[in-house]
Amino acid sequence: MIGCVNVLPYGVSMTSVAEEQPPTAGADAIILKHRRGNRWMHWINFPLLGIMVWSGLRIYWANRAYSIGPVELFPEWFNEALGLERRLAKGMAFHFTFGWLFTINGIAYGIYLLRTGGWRTIVPDRHHFREAIAVVLRDLGVRRGSPVQGKYNAAQRVMYTAVILMGGLVVISGFAIYKPIQLSWLTALFGGYQGARLVHFLTTMGFVAFFVIHLIQVVRAGRSNLVSMLTGYERSGGRS
Amino acid sequence: MSQTSGRREARLRAEIDDMPTIDANEYRGISRRAFLTGGVAAAAGALGFYGLQKRPEIDNIPDITRRFHQLNERVWSSTFREDHLAPTFSPSESSVLRVNGRIGIRSEIDLSAWSLEVQAPSGAVIGNHTLEDIARLPKHEMIIEHKCVEGWSQVTTWAGARFSDFQALYPEYASSAYVAMETPDGDYYVGNDRATMDHPQTLLVYEMVGAPLDQDHGAPLRLATPLKYGIKQLKRIGVIRFSDDPPEDYWAERGYDYYSAL
Repeated sequence: MIGCVNVLPYGVSMTSVAEEQPPTAGADAIILKHRRGNRWMHWINFPLLGIMVWSGLRIYWANRAYSIGPVELFPEWFNEALGLERRLAKGMAFHFTFGWLFTINGIAYGIYLLRTGGWRTIVPDRHHFREAIAVVLRDLGVRRGSPVQGKYNAAQRVMYTAVILMGGLVVISGFAIYKPIQLSWLTALFGGYQGARLVHFLTTMGFVAFFVIHLIQVVRAGRSNLVSMLTGYERSGGRS
Repeated sequence: MSQTSGRREARLRAEIDDMPTIDANEYRGISRRAFLTGGVAAAAGALGFYGLQKRPEIDNIPDITRRFHQLNERVWSSTFREDHLAPTFSPSESSVLRVNGRIGIRSEIDLSAWSLEVQAPSGAVIGNHTLEDIARLPKHEMIIEHKCVEGWSQVTTWAGARFSDFQALYPEYASSAYVAMETPDGDYYVGNDRATMDHPQTLLVYEMVGAPLDQDHGAPLRLATPLKYGIKQLKRIGVIRFSDDPPEDYWAERGYDYYSAL
C-alpha cells in the first residue's frame, strides 16, 4: 500500500503474545513502529499544512491566476461551497504567522530524521523505484504479490520522500514569493516571481493529491495501522 | 548478485525486526496515555485556533497575527541592504501598468493647479513645489516588476526623481524614521520607512513608459518603488510629511501588513 503498511486486522488476540517475546518480531509482537518525535511532528504538521492551504486559498482568490485549458481553477462557486471568505489581508496574516510554525516543524523533522537515522527507512534505493510500480499495481488489484519491504513499502518510500522534498520546495518557493527583491537570487532560480508562484501553487496541489491518496490508504490499511501513529506501537510484524 | 539482494532483503526486514517490542500490559498503559495526550493536544490545538480567530483585532486582523507581521518586519528590515537593487528588465518586456484602484483619485483634477505640500512632523507646512521643481532634480528611469498584493505583477517603466534627491532639499528631516504621503483629497494615505525611501530605486515618478503619467496612474506625481507592493506606492501625491512615528496607512488599517516590503 502506498499510504501505510499492511497489517494484520485489528483484533488479533492480545493474550497470544508470548511471555518470553523473542527479540525478532513474531506475528503477535507489539512492536515500536513510530517513535514519539515522528508521531508528534506528523500530527502537528497536519493542521499546520491545513491552515497554510486554507490561508493560501484566500490569497489565491484575490487573483485567480490559473486554469487548465478553459477550466478555471477554484472558481467563485468553489469558494462559496466551502463557505470561505475572500479576505486577502486575513489570508496573508495567517499565512505569514503559521508559515513560521510550518517551517520550524519541517526543519525539526528533517533534523530528527537525520539524527535518528529514520531517513534510512524512508529514502528509496535504486530498486525501490521499480518496485514501487509493482506495489501500485498490487494496490490497484492488477497484480498479486509484492517485493520484500522494510518499514515502508517501495511506493511509500517514493511518496514519502517526494512529499518531504515538496515540503522543502514549498517553503523555499514561498520565501521567493514573500521577499522577491531581498531574495532576488532565490526568485531568479524559479524563473522569476510568477515562476515561483506557479511552483508554490503546483506543490500545494501535490500536497492535496498526496493527502487524498494517503487518506485512502490509511483507511485501507485499517485501524491498527492508524492507531500505531497515535500510540507508536502496532500489534504485528507490521509488514505485508 | 543474489548475495547482494539477500543482504538488501535482510536490511529491509531488520527495519522492523530490530525495533523494540513490549508486552500487552505495557502496551495498554502506553496506548491509554497516547490517546489521552492526543485527545488533549487535539482539543488544545482546535481551541487555540478558534481562540486566535476570536482575539481582539488590531487594524482588522487578530492581534497575534498583527504581531507576527511586526516580527516579520523586524527580521526582514534587519537584513535590508540599501545597495541591493531590485532586478531590472528590458524595454521590450515593459508595458503600461493596469489600473487597479482609484481611491484618492476618483475625480480628475486640474493638473495646472496642483502643487506638492511638504510638512514637518508637527504638520507645519515647510515647503511647496510645482512639478517643474521635481523635474529639475536628476531624472532616473527604471524598468522593474511592479507587484500587487493580490498576486499579479507587471513589468513597467518609471521615470522621475529619486526621493533621496528630493529629501536633500530638506536635510533637517533626512533622518526621520518615516515619510507619510497623502492624496490631495486625503482619502488615500501611506507611510513608508526611511530605508525604503532612501533606496536609489524609490522614485517620485512623473512618466510611465516614456509618456507623462495619466491621471489613472497618479498624475502629476506618484511614488514608485520595486521594494514594496503597489498598496504602498501612492498615486497623485498631495502632501509629503516627515514623521518620526509610523504614519497612518490606508491598507494597513484594513488588515494588511504595514511594512509590506518585498
